[in-house]
Amino acid sequence: MEPIRIAEKLQEQFQGAVLGIVEHRGQISVLVDRDVIFDIISFLRNDYKMNHLNCLCGVDNLKRVASHHERFEVVYQLYSIENRTSLRIKAQVPESDPSVDSITSLWTGANWLERETYDLVGIKFNNHPNLKRVLTPDDWEGHPLRKEYPLRGDTEWAGLIELKKKAIQLQQFDFHGAQTEQGADSDD
Amino acid sequence: MGKMNNDLVQIKDGIKYIPGASAIVGPLNKIINWGRAGSIWPATFGLACCAIEMMVAGAATNDLDRFGIIFRASPRQADCLILAGTITKKMAPVVRRVYDQMPEPRYVLAMGSCACSGGVFDTYSVVQGGDEFLPVDVYIPGCPPRPEALLEGLMKLQEKIMQEQGRWSQFA
Repeated sequence: MEPIRIAEKLQEQFQGAVLGIVEHRGQISVLVDRDVIFDIISFLRNDYKMNHLNCLCGVDNLKRVASHHERFEVVYQLYSIENRTSLRIKAQVPESDPSVDSITSLWTGANWLERETYDLVGIKFNNHPNLKRVLTPDDWEGHPLRKEYPLRGDTEWAGLIELKKKAIQLQQFDFHGAQTEQGADSDD
Repeated sequence: MGKMNNDLVQIKDGIKYIPGASAIVGPLNKIINWGRAGSIWPATFGLACCAIEMMVAGAATNDLDRFGIIFRASPRQADCLILAGTITKKMAPVVRRVYDQMPEPRYVLAMGSCACSGGVFDTYSVVQGGDEFLPVDVYIPGCPPRPEALLEGLMKLQEKIMQEQGRWSQFA
Protein backbone atom coordinates (compact mmCIF):
# COMPACT_ATOMS: atom_id res chain seq x y z
CA MET A 1 0.00 0.00 0.00
CA GLU A 2 1.22 3.45 -0.93
CA PRO A 3 2.33 5.62 2.00
CA ILE A 4 -0.15 8.33 1.02
CA ARG A 5 -3.01 5.80 1.25
CA ILE A 6 -1.85 4.80 4.73
CA ALA A 7 -1.78 8.46 5.69
CA GLU A 8 -5.33 8.92 4.42
CA LYS A 9 -6.39 5.80 6.32
CA LEU A 10 -4.87 7.34 9.45
CA GLN A 11 -6.89 10.48 8.87
CA GLU A 12 -10.09 8.40 8.70
CA GLN A 13 -9.24 6.31 11.73
CA PHE A 14 -8.06 9.13 13.98
CA GLN A 15 -10.25 12.05 13.08
CA GLY A 16 -9.12 15.24 14.69
CA ALA A 17 -5.78 13.79 15.79
CA VAL A 18 -4.17 14.05 12.35
CA LEU A 19 -3.13 17.68 11.98
CA GLY A 20 -1.75 17.51 8.48
CA ILE A 21 -0.13 15.42 5.77
CA VAL A 22 3.02 16.75 4.10
CA GLU A 23 4.67 15.33 1.02
CA HIS A 24 8.26 16.23 0.24
CA ARG A 25 10.23 14.52 -2.51
CA GLY A 26 7.98 11.51 -2.41
CA GLN A 27 8.25 11.14 1.35
CA ILE A 28 5.04 11.31 3.35
CA SER A 29 4.96 12.91 6.80
CA VAL A 30 1.91 12.89 9.02
CA LEU A 31 1.65 15.53 11.73
CA VAL A 32 -0.31 14.15 14.64
CA ASP A 33 -1.50 15.06 18.11
CA ARG A 34 0.79 13.60 20.77
CA ASP A 35 -2.10 12.33 22.93
CA VAL A 36 -2.89 9.45 20.58
CA ILE A 37 0.67 8.75 19.42
CA PHE A 38 0.78 5.30 21.01
CA ASP A 39 -2.50 4.29 19.36
CA ILE A 40 -1.36 5.60 15.98
CA ILE A 41 1.99 3.84 16.07
CA SER A 42 0.50 0.52 17.26
CA PHE A 43 -2.26 0.85 14.62
CA LEU A 44 0.38 1.25 11.90
CA ARG A 45 2.45 -1.56 13.32
CA ASN A 46 -0.39 -4.05 13.67
CA ASP A 47 -2.70 -3.19 10.76
CA TYR A 48 -0.25 -1.86 8.17
CA LYS A 49 2.78 -4.01 8.90
CA MET A 50 4.99 -0.99 9.63
CA ASN A 51 7.07 -3.41 11.63
CA HIS A 52 10.41 -1.63 11.68
CA LEU A 53 11.19 1.50 13.66
CA ASN A 54 13.92 3.12 11.59
CA CYS A 55 14.50 6.06 13.85
CA LEU A 56 13.03 8.07 16.65
CA CYS A 57 14.24 11.56 17.40
CA GLY A 58 13.28 14.95 18.75
CA VAL A 59 13.14 18.31 16.95
CA ASP A 60 13.24 21.79 18.43
CA ASN A 61 11.22 24.18 16.24
CA LEU A 62 12.22 27.35 18.11
CA LYS A 63 14.06 28.93 15.17
CA ARG A 64 12.11 27.22 12.43
CA VAL A 65 10.91 29.61 9.74
CA ALA A 66 8.54 27.23 7.96
CA SER A 67 5.11 26.79 9.49
CA HIS A 68 4.82 24.39 12.33
CA HIS A 69 2.43 23.63 15.16
CA GLU A 70 4.31 23.31 18.42
CA ARG A 71 7.76 24.03 19.87
CA PHE A 72 8.87 20.40 19.86
CA GLU A 73 8.30 17.40 17.67
CA VAL A 74 9.03 13.73 18.15
CA VAL A 75 9.65 12.15 14.75
CA TYR A 76 8.98 8.45 14.21
CA GLN A 77 10.45 6.95 11.07
CA LEU A 78 8.52 3.77 10.30
CA TYR A 79 9.26 1.18 7.65
CA SER A 80 7.45 -1.90 6.47
CA ILE A 81 9.89 -4.66 5.68
CA GLU A 82 7.17 -6.67 3.87
CA ASN A 83 5.74 -3.84 1.80
CA ARG A 84 8.92 -1.78 1.45
CA THR A 85 7.16 1.44 2.29
CA SER A 86 8.12 4.04 4.83
CA LEU A 87 6.11 6.66 6.66
CA ARG A 88 7.11 9.53 8.90
CA ILE A 89 4.99 10.42 11.92
CA LYS A 90 5.59 13.74 13.66
CA ALA A 91 4.02 14.09 17.08
CA GLN A 92 3.53 17.72 18.08
CA VAL A 93 4.77 18.42 21.61
CA PRO A 94 4.00 21.74 23.33
CA GLU A 95 6.68 23.66 25.23
CA SER A 96 4.52 23.89 28.37
CA ASP A 97 4.49 20.12 28.88
CA PRO A 98 7.13 18.36 26.78
CA SER A 99 6.04 14.75 27.18
CA VAL A 100 4.92 11.90 24.95
CA ASP A 101 3.83 8.32 25.59
CA SER A 102 6.65 5.83 25.28
CA ILE A 103 6.52 3.19 22.55
CA THR A 104 9.11 0.98 24.24
CA SER A 105 6.40 -1.66 24.75
CA LEU A 106 6.05 -1.94 20.96
CA TRP A 107 9.75 -1.92 20.08
CA THR A 108 12.34 -2.61 22.77
CA GLY A 109 14.78 -0.78 20.52
CA ALA A 110 12.90 2.45 21.14
CA ASN A 111 14.22 2.42 24.71
CA TRP A 112 17.58 4.08 24.06
CA LEU A 113 16.23 6.27 21.25
CA GLU A 114 13.72 7.74 23.67
CA ARG A 115 16.42 8.14 26.31
CA GLU A 116 18.56 9.99 23.78
CA THR A 117 15.65 12.27 22.87
CA TYR A 118 15.07 12.94 26.55
CA ASP A 119 18.77 13.57 27.13
CA LEU A 120 19.36 16.00 24.28
CA VAL A 121 15.99 17.68 23.69
CA GLY A 122 14.39 17.22 27.10
CA ILE A 123 11.17 15.51 26.03
CA LYS A 124 9.85 13.17 28.70
CA PHE A 125 8.44 9.80 27.73
CA ASN A 126 5.58 8.55 29.89
CA ASN A 127 5.72 4.89 30.96
CA HIS A 128 9.35 4.56 29.89
CA PRO A 129 11.04 1.77 31.90
CA ASN A 130 14.33 3.59 32.46
CA LEU A 131 14.20 7.25 31.49
CA LYS A 132 17.67 8.58 32.24
CA ARG A 133 20.43 10.17 30.18
CA VAL A 134 22.44 8.10 27.69
CA LEU A 135 24.95 10.37 26.02
CA THR A 136 25.76 13.07 28.54
CA PRO A 137 26.82 12.16 32.11
CA ASP A 138 24.06 11.46 34.63
CA ASP A 139 24.63 14.72 36.53
CA TRP A 140 24.59 16.91 33.41
CA GLU A 141 22.54 20.09 33.55
CA GLY A 142 20.35 21.12 30.63
CA HIS A 143 19.46 19.55 27.31
CA PRO A 144 22.19 20.39 24.76
CA LEU A 145 20.20 20.18 21.52
CA ARG A 146 17.62 22.72 22.64
CA LYS A 147 18.07 25.89 20.60
CA GLU A 148 18.57 28.14 23.63
CA TYR A 149 21.43 25.97 24.92
CA PRO A 150 24.73 27.80 24.25
CA LEU A 151 27.27 25.98 22.07
CA ARG A 152 29.88 25.84 24.81
CA GLY A 153 27.34 25.20 27.57
CA ASP A 154 26.44 27.59 30.37
CA THR A 155 28.17 25.85 33.27
CA GLU A 156 31.14 23.53 33.36
CA TRP A 157 30.34 19.91 34.14
CA ALA A 158 31.22 19.18 37.78
CA GLY A 159 32.96 15.95 36.80
CA LEU A 160 35.53 17.76 34.67
CA ILE A 161 36.29 20.34 37.36
CA GLU A 162 36.84 17.48 39.82
CA LEU A 163 39.05 15.67 37.28
CA LYS A 164 41.26 18.72 36.76
CA LYS A 165 41.68 19.09 40.54
CA LYS A 166 42.57 15.41 40.83
CA ALA A 167 45.11 15.74 38.00
CA ILE A 168 46.90 18.52 39.93
CA GLN A 169 46.84 16.48 43.17
CA LEU A 170 48.35 13.42 41.48
CA GLN A 171 51.20 15.41 39.93
CA GLN A 172 53.33 14.87 43.05
CA PHE A 173 53.52 11.12 42.36
CA ASP A 174 54.97 11.52 38.88
CA PHE A 175 58.59 10.61 38.22
CA HIS A 176 60.62 13.58 37.17
CA GLY A 177 64.16 13.46 35.94
CA ALA A 178 66.85 15.19 37.95
CA GLN A 179 67.36 18.88 37.33
CA THR A 180 70.11 19.74 34.89
CA GLU A 181 72.71 20.57 37.54
CA GLN A 182 72.09 17.29 39.37
CA GLY A 183 72.26 15.26 36.23
CA ALA A 184 76.06 15.48 36.08
CA ASP A 185 76.49 11.85 37.26
CA SER A 186 75.35 10.56 33.91
CA ASP A 187 78.01 12.25 31.79
CA ASP A 188 80.68 10.02 30.36
CA MET B 1 90.68 -12.64 17.13
CA GLY B 2 92.22 -10.58 19.88
CA LYS B 3 91.91 -7.53 17.73
CA MET B 4 88.19 -8.13 17.25
CA ASN B 5 87.63 -8.44 20.99
CA ASN B 6 89.21 -5.09 21.55
CA ASP B 7 86.99 -3.33 19.01
CA LEU B 8 84.00 -1.92 20.85
CA VAL B 9 80.89 -1.65 18.71
CA GLN B 10 79.11 1.64 19.12
CA ILE B 11 75.34 1.01 19.28
CA LYS B 12 74.23 4.47 20.20
CA ASP B 13 76.05 7.65 21.04
CA GLY B 14 77.99 6.84 24.24
CA ILE B 15 76.85 3.18 24.47
CA LYS B 16 79.28 0.51 23.36
CA TYR B 17 78.99 -3.24 22.98
CA ILE B 18 81.92 -5.54 23.78
CA PRO B 19 81.61 -8.34 21.20
CA GLY B 20 83.32 -11.26 22.95
CA ALA B 21 82.07 -10.48 26.44
CA SER B 22 78.37 -10.09 25.69
CA ALA B 23 78.42 -6.85 27.63
CA ILE B 24 77.40 -3.26 27.12
CA VAL B 25 79.41 -0.39 28.50
CA GLY B 26 78.36 3.19 28.94
CA PRO B 27 76.78 5.53 31.48
CA LEU B 28 73.80 3.89 33.24
CA ASN B 29 71.57 6.82 32.38
CA LYS B 30 72.22 6.44 28.67
CA ILE B 31 71.78 2.68 28.69
CA ILE B 32 68.43 2.98 30.49
CA ASN B 33 67.25 5.73 28.17
CA TRP B 34 68.34 3.69 25.18
CA GLY B 35 66.38 0.71 26.50
CA ARG B 36 63.29 2.80 27.16
CA ALA B 37 63.40 4.56 23.81
CA GLY B 38 63.67 1.23 22.03
CA SER B 39 60.68 -0.33 23.76
CA ILE B 40 57.86 2.19 23.91
CA TRP B 41 54.79 0.10 24.64
CA PRO B 42 51.60 2.09 24.12
CA ALA B 43 48.32 1.07 25.69
CA THR B 44 45.79 -0.23 23.16
CA PHE B 45 43.39 2.66 23.59
CA GLY B 46 41.58 4.65 20.95
CA LEU B 47 39.06 7.45 21.31
CA ALA B 48 37.81 8.34 17.84
CA CYS B 49 38.77 8.34 14.17
CA CYS B 50 42.48 8.92 14.91
CA ALA B 51 42.47 5.44 16.45
CA ILE B 52 41.84 4.01 12.97
CA GLU B 53 44.95 5.81 11.72
CA MET B 54 46.85 4.57 14.77
CA MET B 55 45.86 0.99 13.88
CA VAL B 56 47.10 1.54 10.33
CA ALA B 57 50.41 2.78 11.73
CA GLY B 58 50.63 -0.42 13.77
CA ALA B 59 49.76 -2.72 10.86
CA ALA B 60 51.99 -4.27 8.19
CA THR B 61 52.75 -1.29 5.91
CA ASN B 62 54.09 1.07 8.54
CA ASP B 63 54.76 -1.56 11.20
CA LEU B 64 55.43 0.15 14.52
CA ASP B 65 56.89 -3.16 15.82
CA ARG B 66 60.17 -2.49 14.06
CA PHE B 67 60.79 0.40 16.50
CA GLY B 68 59.96 -1.82 19.45
CA ILE B 69 56.59 -0.11 19.71
CA ILE B 70 54.22 -2.89 20.66
CA PHE B 71 50.61 -2.21 21.68
CA ARG B 72 49.78 -3.71 25.06
CA ALA B 73 46.23 -4.66 26.01
CA SER B 74 46.70 -3.58 29.62
CA PRO B 75 47.73 -0.13 30.86
CA ARG B 76 49.74 -1.91 33.58
CA GLN B 77 52.13 -3.18 30.93
CA ALA B 78 52.20 0.04 28.94
CA ASP B 79 54.44 3.08 29.24
CA CYS B 80 52.87 5.31 26.64
CA LEU B 81 49.32 6.56 26.19
CA ILE B 82 48.37 7.71 22.71
CA LEU B 83 45.37 10.03 22.92
CA ALA B 84 43.98 9.04 19.54
CA GLY B 85 40.87 11.11 18.98
CA THR B 86 38.34 13.51 20.43
CA ILE B 87 38.26 13.47 24.23
CA THR B 88 34.70 14.08 25.38
CA LYS B 89 34.12 15.33 28.90
CA LYS B 90 32.33 12.12 29.77
CA MET B 91 35.30 10.07 28.54
CA ALA B 92 37.97 12.25 30.23
CA PRO B 93 37.80 10.54 33.67
CA VAL B 94 38.15 7.17 31.91
CA VAL B 95 41.22 8.38 30.00
CA ARG B 96 42.72 9.67 33.24
CA ARG B 97 42.00 6.33 34.89
CA VAL B 98 43.87 4.48 32.15
CA TYR B 99 46.81 6.85 32.64
CA ASP B 100 46.72 6.43 36.43
CA GLN B 101 47.02 2.66 36.05
CA MET B 102 50.19 2.93 34.00
CA PRO B 103 53.47 2.45 35.86
CA GLU B 104 56.19 5.09 35.67
CA PRO B 105 57.96 6.07 33.53
CA ARG B 106 54.97 6.93 31.37
CA TYR B 107 54.48 9.25 28.45
CA VAL B 108 51.49 10.81 26.74
CA LEU B 109 51.15 11.53 23.04
CA ALA B 110 48.33 13.79 21.91
CA MET B 111 47.43 12.55 18.44
CA GLY B 112 45.44 14.84 16.17
CA SER B 113 43.85 18.27 16.48
CA CYS B 114 41.18 17.13 18.94
CA ALA B 115 43.56 15.62 21.48
CA CYS B 116 45.89 18.64 21.10
CA SER B 117 43.34 21.43 21.43
CA GLY B 118 39.79 20.19 21.02
CA GLY B 119 40.05 20.86 17.29
CA VAL B 120 36.86 21.96 15.58
CA PHE B 121 34.83 20.76 18.55
CA ASP B 122 34.81 23.93 20.62
CA THR B 123 31.59 22.72 22.23
CA TYR B 124 29.92 21.87 25.52
CA SER B 125 30.87 18.20 25.42
CA VAL B 126 34.52 18.16 24.36
CA VAL B 127 37.66 18.70 26.48
CA GLN B 128 39.77 21.43 24.88
CA GLY B 129 42.94 19.38 24.67
CA GLY B 130 44.29 16.39 26.58
CA ASP B 131 46.75 18.64 28.43
CA GLU B 132 43.86 19.92 30.58
CA PHE B 133 44.17 16.84 32.75
CA LEU B 134 47.23 14.93 31.51
CA PRO B 135 50.93 15.84 31.12
CA VAL B 136 51.28 15.64 27.34
CA ASP B 137 54.82 15.01 26.04
CA VAL B 138 54.36 15.19 22.29
CA TYR B 139 51.67 16.91 20.23
CA ILE B 140 50.97 15.51 16.77
CA PRO B 141 48.93 17.85 14.54
CA GLY B 142 46.67 16.62 11.76
CA CYS B 143 43.09 15.62 11.26
CA PRO B 144 43.81 12.79 11.42
CA PRO B 145 47.62 12.67 11.29
CA ARG B 146 48.88 10.21 8.68
CA PRO B 147 50.74 7.17 10.03
CA GLU B 148 53.98 8.90 9.03
CA ALA B 149 53.08 11.79 11.35
CA LEU B 150 52.40 9.39 14.21
CA LEU B 151 55.76 7.74 13.51
CA GLU B 152 57.40 11.16 13.58
CA GLY B 153 55.69 11.86 16.91
CA LEU B 154 56.91 8.60 18.38
CA MET B 155 60.43 9.36 17.14
CA LYS B 156 60.19 12.78 18.82
CA LEU B 157 59.22 10.93 22.00
CA GLN B 158 62.26 8.69 21.57
CA GLU B 159 64.45 11.80 21.27
CA LYS B 160 62.87 13.17 24.42
CA ILE B 161 63.46 9.94 26.32
CA MET B 162 67.11 9.87 25.19
CA GLN B 163 67.64 13.28 26.78
CA GLU B 164 66.21 12.39 30.18
CA GLN B 165 68.45 12.52 33.21
CA GLY B 166 67.88 9.88 35.89
CA ARG B 167 64.12 9.62 35.69
CA TRP B 168 64.11 6.66 38.06
CA SER B 169 61.91 7.61 40.99
CA GLN B 170 59.65 10.35 42.28
CA PHE B 171 62.49 11.43 44.60
CA ALA B 172 65.12 11.99 41.91
